[in-house]
Amino acid sequence: MNNIVFVNIMRFFGLLLLQVLICSNINLMGYINPNIYLLFILLYPASNNRLLFIFCSFLIGVIIDAFLDSGGTHAAASVLIAYIRPLFLKFSFRAAYDYQSIKFSNTNFAQRYIYFLSLILIHHFVLFSLIVFDQNKMLLIIKQTFYSSGFTFLLCLLIYSLFSRKEA
Amino acid sequence: MQQLFNYFIKNKTFVLFSLLFTIAITLTVKSHEFHRTKLFNSSNYVVGCVYELSNSISQYFHLAEENKLLLEENSKLKSKLFNQPKYSPVDSILEEPYNLNPAVVYNNSYSLTDNYITLNKGLRDGFKEDYGVITSKGIVGIIDKISSKYCRVLSILNSNSNINVKLKKTNHFGTLSWDSKSAGIVQLNDIQDLVKLTVGDTIITSGFSSIFPANIPVGTINSYRLNDTKDLYIIDVKLFNDMTSLKHVYIIKNTDLNELENLNQSDE
Repeated sequence: MNNIVFVNIMRFFGLLLLQVLICSNINLMGYINPNIYLLFILLYPASNNRLLFIFCSFLIGVIIDAFLDSGGTHAAASVLIAYIRPLFLKFSFRAAYDYQSIKFSNTNFAQRYIYFLSLILIHHFVLFSLIVFDQNKMLLIIKQTFYSSGFTFLLCLLIYSLFSRKEA
Repeated sequence: MQQLFNYFIKNKTFVLFSLLFTIAITLTVKSHEFHRTKLFNSSNYVVGCVYELSNSISQYFHLAEENKLLLEENSKLKSKLFNQPKYSPVDSILEEPYNLNPAVVYNNSYSLTDNYITLNKGLRDGFKEDYGVITSKGIVGIIDKISSKYCRVLSILNSNSNINVKLKKTNHFGTLSWDSKSAGIVQLNDIQDLVKLTVGDTIITSGFSSIFPANIPVGTINSYRLNDTKDLYIIDVKLFNDMTSLKHVYIIKNTDLNELENLNQSDE
């Protein structure tokens, strides 16, 4: 149990620093930046205290906002996906979720991809809607959502497969 | 009352979610208004410290490039010095109200719609909000948040940025803003359609505000078109500065700023 707490705290700070110091400065093709801190929200243990989880998601979002001077956009998007996450857990890993026994390392690829991709897409759409904050620029929002989500998704899978322990 | 509490306890996740979501949205809305966010921005102490640390490592990778820029500037200044008229009045320096102070860029964004730059100078170095920031090539922005050690600059690549500039050739002036499309191109508005423009004309600061002195280079005209009402030009200005690779900048301190502000206030 303590191990899980420790791993999540390390993940929180590790991903946070990686995000603000490296990933937000990539600027691929001028404006595409991956938001890999989402991995913290995606991989947070499923059968845990939801209040704490929502609060942690808010915290990581607000800290990233402070670094990137983006108001509360990351915080809002993170809180939203943290709140609706159980829905997607249920949708993606039906049987495992019913028994409250999800271990991400035990789930199969397709399920995990769907789960990652759907939450990342929603997060980025909310994020860019708030950043652009102009309904006349819908095309810009959708374009940025699309590109950044793809990049984030790829990087999340890469990092996840790098650090996941196969024997678990 | 009992029922109300029961309701809250039953839906505590939703209540917490709506609370935090509202806070986040409020912060977002406030940040879209000009000059509002107090708590969470990059002139914050902790954030500044982390950027300072990261900059102390990353600056080594840019040393060669920075050296080249400094050499260029040095040679320009030297040539100016050598070509100066021989007999200038002794006290001419006293009339100069603007001081230039070097600062180092800790963090620079240019890919969002509202971009800010974090610098390593703050209140304890004698700077204040609304001081202008330039490089040897052109303008960068205006300080909008300041703490004791760090400050945040509202970059010209920000939808809230409005800087008064003019055409070097004809002295017609307008406002510089940004449509958040490209990091190298900003827009100059409010130039009348009867002005004759040529692509490649130089744009400089007008000196009407107390922030920037006159004649700081800004950029050249890239292209121009008429606006929807067909009476004003929208001019795309190609910046002299490469906003994507700022490292060393200058903060302009206007020693007359207090006097000017007092003058304006007594007017109201």
